[in-house]
Amino acid sequence: MVSPQMVMYEEEFNQISAICDRLCREANSKVVFLVDKNGQLIASAGETENLDTTSLASLTAGNIAATGGLAKLIGEREFSILFHEGEKDNLHISIVAGRVILVVIFDARSSLGLVRLRVKKSTLELTGIFERLLKKIEDPAAGSPFAEITDEDIDNLFSD
Amino acid sequence: MSFINYSSREINCKIVYYGPGLCGKTTNLQYIYAKTNPEAKGKMISLATETERTLFFDFLPLSLGEIRGFKTRFHLYTVPGQVFYDASRKLILKGVDGVVFVADSQIERMEANLESMENLKVNLQEQGYDLKQIPYVVQYNKRDLPNAATVEELSRLLNAERVPEFQSIAATGWGVFDTLKAIAKLVLQELKKGR
Ligand SMILES: Nc1nc2c(ncn2[C@@H]2O[C@H](COP(=O)(O)OP(=O)(O)O)[C@@H](O)[C@H]2O)c(=O)[nH]1
Ligand SMILES: [Mg+2]
Repeated sequence: MVSPQMVMYEEEFNQISAICDRLCREANSKVVFLVDKNGQLIASAGETENLDTTSLASLTAGNIAATGGLAKLIGEREFSILFHEGEKDNLHISIVAGRVILVVIFDARSSLGLVRLRVKKSTLELTGIFERLLKKIEDPAAGSPFAEITDEDIDNLFSD
Repeated sequence: MSFINYSSREINCKIVYYGPGLCGKTTNLQYIYAKTNPEAKGKMISLATETERTLFFDFLPLSLGEIRGFKTRFHLYTVPGQVFYDASRKLILKGVDGVVFVADSQIERMEANLESMENLKVNLQEQGYDLKQIPYVVQYNKRDLPNAATVEELSRLLNAERVPEFQSIAATGWGVFDTLKAIAKLVLQELKKGR
């Protein structure tokens, strides 16, 4: 079935960002980011200035989608953790609450064991937040900020 | 599936360019990339084979400006057209907000167009989408070629739904932005409905 539209509110965003920041520190990692399974960046922490997070988000989602497809082919539901080892930097990718992807980039200052441990703890907290968030989104009273836009607003976007 | 972020005041939408192999999907994105201001676009990513055929997808993030204080961002994807990449095409359709079907106008490619469109319908259905209900436009590409079928013929065979249709020569850019604007508009109108 079609999954509900993703909406992020200030309150949850702050909670999620705080967890990403803390995870980044406690895991001694360089960067932490959260991506929607459809490839849209939700939050990031750490040394992201020189990083193309939009591309990272899209490729991460593509990666998870492809490995998810592989998993199904061999009779697994999905691979919930992926690990890519590089010469300097490593990627730890895991799935949170079934629909968001948590990525940790780390180098020799940390270790896979430490990252796994910290990710586990953060995943529990993030799962709670996302479950609440999804309930909030599905609440019909939530409304859309776009219900008010006019055809003119849309036309103006293309008026050059 | 669009993603509304109240915190960063952004709205993200996913548009997929679908169609048979070599119809010009990647060329559409390349032209959009080349003609967009640096501040309005991200990097274009192409996961391609050594012979430049799309292997998994092309990806281009675009900003189209603000609506009511929300930045509108569109993520454009293309699918690999060759028949045997069907598993990849299904993955890319996940969470789609709007589809552009790019047809190859050449008479010889009509069979391939029809096959690809059928494949699109089946793959969308598998995910619970209906082509009749999602934002969707059709583009007849390669209008410059002498062996191009007439628009009437293409329209009759490929646009039974009577959705907005556009002629294009993606190689020169003619019709590319008209197509993009049309699908972006439909996606925003759908959001307005608050699906
Ligand atoms: N003559 C002509 N060639 C085109 C046009 N659009 C794309 N092509 C060419 O068709 C080939 C395949 O295009 P590509 O974008 O890679 O197709 P894709 O498989 O749909 O991504 C390339 O050599 C393009 O230069 C067009 O409008 N007219
Ligand atoms: Mg291509």
